[in-house]
Amino acid sequence: MIAIVDYDAGNIRSVLNALRRVGASDYVLTASREMLRAASHVILPGVGDASVAMQSLRDKGLAGFIPTLKQPVLGICVGAQLMCESSEEGGARCMGIFPTKVRRFAPVPGLKIPHMGWNSLRLSSRAESRDLSSPLLSGLADGDYVYFVHSYYPEVCTQTIATSNHGIDFSAALASDNFFACQFHPEKSGAAGEQILKNFLAL
Amino acid sequence: MVAKRIIPCLDVKDGRTVKGVHFVDLRDMGDAVELGARYAAEGADELVYLDISASAEGRKTFCDLVGRVAEKLNIPFTVGGGISTLDDAARLLDAGADKISVNTAAIKNPGLIDAIAGKYGSQFVVIAIDARVVDGRWMCTTHGGRNATDLELFSWAREAADRGAGELLFTSMDHDGTRDGYPCETYAALAEVLPIPIIASGGAGCIQHIADVLTKGRADAALAASIFHSGEIPIPTLKQELRKQNIPVRI
Repeated sequence: MIAIVDYDAGNIRSVLNALRRVGASDYVLTASREMLRAASHVILPGVGDASVAMQSLRDKGLAGFIPTLKQPVLGICVGAQLMCESSEEGGARCMGIFPTKVRRFAPVPGLKIPHMGWNSLRLSSRAESRDLSSPLLSGLADGDYVYFVHSYYPEVCTQTIATSNHGIDFSAALASDNFFACQFHPEKSGAAGEQILKNFLAL
Repeated sequence: MVAKRIIPCLDVKDGRTVKGVHFVDLRDMGDAVELGARYAAEGADELVYLDISASAEGRKTFCDLVGRVAEKLNIPFTVGGGISTLDDAARLLDAGADKISVNTAAIKNPGLIDAIAGKYGSQFVVIAIDARVVDGRWMCTTHGGRNATDLELFSWAREAADRGAGELLFTSMDHDGTRDGYPCETYAALAEVLPIPIIASGGAGCIQHIADVLTKGRADAALAASIFHSGEIPIPTLKQELRKQNIPVRI
């Protein structure tokens, strides 16, 4: 059973449609701690304002609970940002699963904000000579395109498993133990996105 | 770097696509869902579904269609045609559309842009503008180019962006259907003054026209209908050629 966190801040339909496309039919939309604890996988979607979404998680009593989960957890877009330390959007204090901050793209001439559209992933970082391989991105190649819609980005940190660039390099995906996050939308990222969802569900 | 997007546009009437398509092996060439999925598999970056139904029944059918498209497609899609209220936009969002485009209704009621963007975000609102040159100035039209207005293209585009539109889909009614290419200078001038992405539409007759509007015209995306539906320019061929010209595209 896959549990999708129900906290009034999700693009639930897109995620549900994508799960069905990759053959996952056993899922539930819930804010119940018991059901989240019992799920095989947990997905934290999110759209809109990070500070509003974070408050909604607190109101549901889930902000301190989600970091204690032991099964694979995947944050998507704003859901991914909530798993970082903080966000400049509304000055939100977030869950602190990933040791990084979420910042707004700086206005640069010629750079459009929101960062919207298909951008390429960098899966390896020669500059830092670190191995960024993660089972979440298994089967993807350096340079594969995924679909982004966001104005705020998680900074690159030790848990970054893929970067992308929009005026600045940022974390496109993060992983730490059982926690995973995508700043892009795997549910809208064509075959690459479906591969990522399948990888996550295979964890 | 964000890839330049290639966007096929499907006209839908009473739930069926109305233009001829080249996919001879499709079970049902009028099936908008199957056709969209085929374009997605060929490498389209996004799709636009335009409802050209005139009836209330047609609109209802379209909304049902949007739900089926959302189930099937693994790429983003925009829906347009006849959206004139916040409720219309909400219904299409609920059905699974990633973006909606507003055209005539926004000219009649500019506050519609503020209302939809305020509630669902700028990324959800595409302002579509059809314009033609009248006495040396680009003037906006409504109802698919049938009716003239006294709105000037650049001022209306800026106002729409200020009100919260997240993208501009600009069609030159002087070029649409001509196959002579896009007015690249006008697109470049729009890119100069607008902070939002611009989708070029109308006029493409060959691959070079699309390459030109994405480079000289500085457009972020190119939308076309007939050249794709007729099979003249397969999307994989188009994208390979654009990449050869060092235009960033997703392949």
